[in-house]
Amino acid sequence: MTVLNLLARRAETAPAARPLPTEVLRQRGQREVFCGLTGIVWLHRKIQDAFFLVVGSRTCAHLIQSAAGVMVFAEPRFATAIMEERDLAGMADPNEELDRVVAQVLERRPDIRLLFLVGSCPSEVIKLDLSRAAARLSARHGPDLRVLNYSGSGIETTFTEGEDACLTAMVDLAPVETATAPHLVVVGSLPDIVEDQFRRLFSAMGLPRVDFFPPRRAADIPEIGPQTRFLLAQPFLGATSQKLEDRGAQPLRAPFPFGAEGTTAWLQAAADAFKISPAVFNSVVAPGRERAKRALARHRETLQGKSVFLFPDSQLEPSMARFLYEELDMRPIEVGTPYLNKELVSCEISRLPSGVVLSEGQDVDRQLDRCRAAKPDLTICGLGLANPLEREGLATKWSIELVFSPVHGFDQAGDLAGLFARPVTRHAMLGV
Amino acid sequence: MKLAVWTYEGPPHVGAMRVATAMKGVHYLLHAPQGDTYADLLFTMIERRGERPPVTYTTFQARDLGGDTADLFKDAARGAYERFLPQAMLVGASCTAELIQDDPGGLAKTLGLPIPVVPLELPSYQKKENWGASETFFQLVKRFAVKREGPAQGGAPRCNLLGPTALGFRHRDDVLEVTRLLGQLGFEVNVTAPLNATPADLARLGDADFNVVLYPEIAETAATWLEKNLGQPAIRTPPIGIGATRDFIAAVAALTGRDASALLHSMPSNQPWWSRSVDSTYLTGKRVFVFGDATHAIAAARIAREEMGFEVVGLGAYNREFAREVRAAAEHYGCPALITDDYLEVERTIADLQPELVLGTQMERHIAKRLNIACAVISAPAHVQDFPARYSPQMGFEGANVMFDTWVHPLVMGLEEHLLAMFRDDFEFNDHAGPSHLGHGGGKAVEPTVAVPPQAVTETVPATISWTSDAEAELIKIPFFVRGKARRNTEIFAERNGIFRIDVETIYDARSHFAR
Ligand code: SF4
Ligand code: SF4
Repeated sequence: MTVLNLLARRAETAPAARPLPTEVLRQRGQREVFCGLTGIVWLHRKIQDAFFLVVGSRTCAHLIQSAAGVMVFAEPRFATAIMEERDLAGMADPNEELDRVVAQVLERRPDIRLLFLVGSCPSEVIKLDLSRAAARLSARHGPDLRVLNYSGSGIETTFTEGEDACLTAMVDLAPVETATAPHLVVVGSLPDIVEDQFRRLFSAMGLPRVDFFPPRRAADIPEIGPQTRFLLAQPFLGATSQKLEDRGAQPLRAPFPFGAEGTTAWLQAAADAFKISPAVFNSVVAPGRERAKRALARHRETLQGKSVFLFPDSQLEPSMARFLYEELDMRPIEVGTPYLNKELVSCEISRLPSGVVLSEGQDVDRQLDRCRAAKPDLTICGLGLANPLEREGLATKWSIELVFSPVHGFDQAGDLAGLFARPVTRHAMLGV
Repeated sequence: MKLAVWTYEGPPHVGAMRVATAMKGVHYLLHAPQGDTYADLLFTMIERRGERPPVTYTTFQARDLGGDTADLFKDAARGAYERFLPQAMLVGASCTAELIQDDPGGLAKTLGLPIPVVPLELPSYQKKENWGASETFFQLVKRFAVKREGPAQGGAPRCNLLGPTALGFRHRDDVLEVTRLLGQLGFEVNVTAPLNATPADLARLGDADFNVVLYPEIAETAATWLEKNLGQPAIRTPPIGIGATRDFIAAVAALTGRDASALLHSMPSNQPWWSRSVDSTYLTGKRVFVFGDATHAIAAARIAREEMGFEVVGLGAYNREFAREVRAAAEHYGCPALITDDYLEVERTIADLQPELVLGTQMERHIAKRLNIACAVISAPAHVQDFPARYSPQMGFEGANVMFDTWVHPLVMGLEEHLLAMFRDDFEFNDHAGPSHLGHGGGKAVEPTVAVPPQAVTETVPATISWTSDAEAELIKIPFFVRGKARRNTEIFAERNGIFRIDVETIYDARSHFAR
C-alpha cells in the first residue's frame, strides 16, 4: 500500500476516535516542517545493516545533509540517487539508472542486508514506481539482500511520518508468527541504551519475550501475528500501527513513555496485558520511577509556572505538553502538531488543562504572531525559527533534539526535562 | 542518476535564497513542498542570522497536485506581499515545482502586484547553488541597474563591490576589509551587492566608475553584463593572500591611473614576517592538499606555495565552471588537478596523497578528521564554527594574517613537533597524548577508524605485502602525525623493490630512499 493510500485511510478512521476536550485550530498556510526523508538520519543509525537510498533531487540530498549536520562522522549508510535532466527528459531509463546506482552502492557496502529505496517529491511526481524497482532488485540481489521502498516525500509525509512509512514497509518482512502465547513487541526506533533499559524492566516483570521493531539488524525483525501485543514507543506511528493490526497484532494503547508518569503508564499497559501482578509491577517499576521523580524535581524548580508554546514538528508535541504540564508544572499555551492522530494521543490530550490551544497543521506566519503575542517563557520550535525568536527575546528549545537524543523512559526523564530547563536557565543567567 | 553521499552545493534555489537573504527589501516566493523549508536553518543556524530568510514557501501537498497548486501560489504571493511589503519580489520554483510546471513568473504577473516582480528560471536538474546565486544576482542587476546619465560626479572615483551573499565564507568581513583597502587608495564604495543592498541600491550601480568582482562564482555574470551595457570595467583579481592583494592594488591603479606605490611599498600585514621568522622554518615543504570553490582554492594554493613555503600536492575545486583556471594553477604548481563534486573521490585522493595539511571545505574537514590529518577551512560550504564572532576576513592584508594563524594552528607547532619526537617513549607524551591544540579529538587518540573504504587503502598497495611484527612495532615509534605517510612510503618502496615482507630494515631503507 502506498503512503498516499495510508494517508487517505487514516483520514477516514480519524473521526471514530474519542472526542477531544479542546477544539482544534486548523489553519492553512506555510508549513515550516521537515519532510519524511529526515527520519533517515536516525533510522540508519538504528538498523545497522540497512542502507537508505533516496531517489530524488539535489534538494533532497541537501536536506538530509543539513538535518544530519553535526551528527554524522562515520561513513553514512545513506545516499541520494540524484535525478538529472537526462532521467527526466527520457534520455535515460530511470529504472536502468537506478539499478546501476544500486550496484554501485552494493559494491561499496557489500555488508548491507536491507536496502530501502526512498521516494521523494520528484520521484512521486514523475510516478517512478519504486515498489516494482524494489521487487526487481530483491530478485536480482536476494536472498542476502532485501529491498523495500517507502516514500519520505514532503508532499506526503511530515518529518517523523518518514519513520512511520519506513516501518510500515518493513512489516512486510516480519516472519509469520510461530508463537502460541502472547508476546510483546515495542514499536518505534529507540536508542539502543533505552531499548536495553526497557528490556531489563520487562524481563524483571517476567514477560516471556520482548522484541523491538525496528530491530538493530535486518535479520531480527520480530514475528507478527495474532499473538503479538504491541506498544508504540512513538506517537507518530499511525500507519505502522494499522498495518500491524492488519496482521492480527493487538495494540496496547497508553500514554507515551516520557517522564515518570508517562513511562509508568506505558509499562503498566504491558503489565496489564500480560497479567503481571500489581505487586511485581510495583516492585520492578518503583526504583526507576523514584529516580525519575528525583531527577525531575530539580528541573521543576526552574520550570514550574512557566508558560510554553509548542510549534508543530514531530507529532511528539501532545506528549511533550502532557509531560511538561503534569510532571513539571508548566503552563502550555498552544500545542501545535503537524498531524493530530486522535486515536493515538487522546490519552495525552485529555490530560492537558482546559484553555490550551491545540493546533494541527500550520500557517507559520500567523502562528508566529500568536507566539509573539503570548510571550511564552519557553518556545519549542524547529531550527529555522529558533534563532529568530531568540533574537526577539524568547527562550527556545529546538524540537529536533526530541527525536535525535535519548528521551524515553525513567532514566532519561531528567535529561528530557533538562532539554527544556537549560534555555530557561540560560536566559536567566546571561547578562549580555 | 548520480550517486551522492554529501554534496558541496545545494540546489540552485538555495543560491537564490543566499542572494535574497543577503539583500534588504526583497522577498522570494518559492513554489516548493514543505520539506524544502529546511533551507531556512542554513541561515538561522549555520550563519546565526537573527531573522528568518525573506522566503515564503507555498508548501503544496500531494492532495493539491492536479488541483489548485496555481491558486495556492497566487494566494501565497499575495499574502507575502501584504505581510512583508517588499520593494521587489523574486518568484520561482524548486525542483518539485519545476516538474508540475505552474509558471510562477506568469502567475505572479496576473496578480498585478504594485512592485517589480523578477521571475527566476533555475533548472534544478542541471544547475547548482552557485549558479543559482549568480543567475539570481544577474537577473536583479539586469532588472534594476540603469546607466548613469551625464558625466561622473566630482570627488573620489567610485566602485561597486559585487558578489558577497548570505552564507558566504567570510563575506561579511571581506567586504569591510576590501572597503578599507579601497579607501586607502582613495576610492569610495558606491554600492556593495547583494549583501545589504536594496533594489534601490541596485538602481544606483551605474553611478560607479568600475566594479570589483569579489567572488567570480557569484558576480562574474552580472559584472560582464554591466561591462557590456553600462560600460563599467571590472577588476577580477580576488585579493586573497599578500601576492593577490598586491596584484589587486596594481590592477585598480592601472585601471584608474592612480598612484598606488605608497601602499604597494608598505607592508601593512604581519604575515610575510611571521612566515620568514625562524619558528616558521618547520613549515617548509609541508605537503598540503587544497580543495574548495575555484576562487578560494586557487588563491589558497598560491598562498600555500609562495607565502607559507608549503608544497602543494593536490589542488581541486567542486565547481566545474572554473575548471580551466584550476587546471592551469595545478599545472603551475606541478600537482594533479581534481575537478569533481564527488565527495568520495576527494576522500580517496586525500587518503592516497597523505598530505600533512588539508585546506578545504567542511567536507574535507570531516575527511581529514577521519584520517587524522590537520585541516583548515578555506571555502564554502562551511559549518557554524566557520562563522566566527571576531573579525576574520580572508581578503586583504588582514586576511593574510588570519590565514597564517588558522592554517598554522592545526599543524603541530615546530617546537612541539620536536618534543614529541624526543619524548615519544615517555608515558605521558606518547601518541595518545596528541598535540594539545588539535581541536575536537585532541588528546583522545583518534586512530583513523575504518571509515575509509577498504578499497581506498588497498587500491595502490597489493594485499600481498605484509609487515613483520618488529616492523609494526618500529612504526608505532614514529610520531602519529607522520606515521601514515611513513607506512605508505614504506609500502610503495617495498612494492617497487619487490619486497613482500616489510621488516625494520625496509622501513629505514625506504626512509633513506625518500629522503633523497
Ligand atoms: S566536524 Fe565541524 S564541520 Fe563537521 S559537523 Fe562538526 S562542526 Fe560541522
Ligand atoms: S520536500 Fe520533497 S523535494 Fe524537498 S527534500 Fe523533501 S522529498 Fe526532497
